[in-house]
Amino acid sequence: MTDLSATQGASRPWGKIALRWGLYVLLGLFALYYLVPLFVMVTTSLKSLDEIRSGSLIALPREVTFDAWAKAWSGACTGIQCEGLKPYMWNSILLAIPAVLISTVIGAMNGYVVAQWRFRGANIIFALLLFGCFIPFQVVLLPMAKMLGILGLAGSIPGLILVHVVYGLGFTTLFFRNYYVTIPAELVKAAKIDGAGFFRIFWSIFLPLSLPIIVVSVIWQFTQIWNDFLFGVSFSQAGTQPITVALNNIVNSTTGVKEYNVDMAAAIIAALPTLLVYVVAGKYFIRGLTAGSVKG
Amino acid sequence: MTLWLERHVPKLVLAPTFIAILLFVYGFIAWTGWISLTKSRLMPKYDIEGFQQYDRLFAAPRWDVAMNNLYIFGALFIVISMVLGLLLAILLDQKIRTEGVLRTIYLYPMALSMIVTGTAWKWILNPGLGLEKVVQGWGFENFTFDWLVNPDYAIYTIVIAAVWQASGFVMALFLAGLRSVDTEIIKAAQVDGIPTTRIYTAIIIPSMAPIFLSAFIVLSHLAIKSFDLVIAMTNGGPGYATDLPATYMYAMAFSRGDLGQAASSAMIMMLVVFTIVVPYLYSELRTRND
Repeated sequence: MTDLSATQGASRPWGKIALRWGLYVLLGLFALYYLVPLFVMVTTSLKSLDEIRSGSLIALPREVTFDAWAKAWSGACTGIQCEGLKPYMWNSILLAIPAVLISTVIGAMNGYVVAQWRFRGANIIFALLLFGCFIPFQVVLLPMAKMLGILGLAGSIPGLILVHVVYGLGFTTLFFRNYYVTIPAELVKAAKIDGAGFFRIFWSIFLPLSLPIIVVSVIWQFTQIWNDFLFGVSFSQAGTQPITVALNNIVNSTTGVKEYNVDMAAAIIAALPTLLVYVVAGKYFIRGLTAGSVKG
Repeated sequence: MTLWLERHVPKLVLAPTFIAILLFVYGFIAWTGWISLTKSRLMPKYDIEGFQQYDRLFAAPRWDVAMNNLYIFGALFIVISMVLGLLLAILLDQKIRTEGVLRTIYLYPMALSMIVTGTAWKWILNPGLGLEKVVQGWGFENFTFDWLVNPDYAIYTIVIAAVWQASGFVMALFLAGLRSVDTEIIKAAQVDGIPTTRIYTAIIIPSMAPIFLSAFIVLSHLAIKSFDLVIAMTNGGPGYATDLPATYMYAMAFSRGDLGQAASSAMIMMLVVFTIVVPYLYSELRTRND
């Protein structure tokens, strides 16, 4: 902890107070910079199109209307279909839940092996996994499309689940590995002497300690998968698209009048699940971000 | 038999992941690399013809624009995010009473999808109804702000949105770094009467070198992979003025039906990522094993 005010000298109390005030004003201005886009989104979504055209971007709505929200949810057009975001929200949920669970479970087992059951070559496998976290996914798009076709999963939600599990494993393994590495090896040794096996040790020693890292992994994977666009747009078809793809189609469809209020309502709906997770479990979200990017 | 199983269970547990990674990461990279050496167009062909796809790529004006945009976007995005992130971290590190709330506000954009961020900024920067009209309403009648649809400036609107999304994250990284600096040294320096700015420039910031490196790696990685934001804000346009390598690759693969170009551009992207990331990962793994 460093304290700017401490060194400014107690002999200048007025200068010190002014500096404090300046600091808070500056921090407040930055907070505005981050909040204004959200504010604009919310207010625009509550205005009528007429008011949007005649009024100012940053003005509060004169008349609050939820029509845009209703349309974004169940009537906006994503191309030829006009069912709103509802079916795509469902797709994203059906996609995210299994993908998050599977990649977290496999990641936990992998991390357990790499951290506590080292065998010759385990480190090399871990390194190979880590490098996999960093590849630009463009390099696997073409063969993946072909592979999904071969497996009969092209354009399907199970296909997308497979993709997200495979490319999420590097991160989930990393999370659990870094967490389990801090558990003393003596614990495992003692359990082995007592006759406990691989799964027994995991089940009764490691799993009960794992809640925080499970939360980190689940949140990380959920945010990644929910917000993914590249895989969604490459490997889905009409009817199986995730919500980000549908949102983009609503906003960038060229037919008809541009309904900015519907666009904004749709954007907020698409953002709500991850925003909610962030507000409820921000601490774990940040842990995942820093662990996933600093160490990986 | 059970003894054998007991001994090999860790390997068996790791095996499916190992096979999946070999196939889906390394095998796929090899496949893309192979295709980049063929004459594949709409359908993959497997006869190796040499490096002509790369010759075509480097001769394509659109790729030229995409790489140029990557330099402009990457440099500005990384530098501005780092400066802003460091500034915010230092400001927040002054025993601010509302730190928790402010940190939450600065960081929430990172929880959003780039498509959402792009949609919001596309609307804010809308020439006619967006920021332009707001400033005109303040009395500056001749104010124009049409960067979003101006081929020479559209790439900078992508920078604006990307910085908004990622700078809070850089702040979180730096804040964690500031908190881990040895407080004894700082106290000693303060006792010696060294001015605060000197303490920051001579002691605190140099000791955070590894964090600068991490932030740089993460941001450059984000920049190279940037795809969603461009699609949402400009769709690569006007024309192909805001194309990045990622959107170029996607256009070749899925709308132009030119697999050879898609594969070779993807390989170049990977090369760029690897020249940045591999030395970093190598040193990370080395120090961890020591």
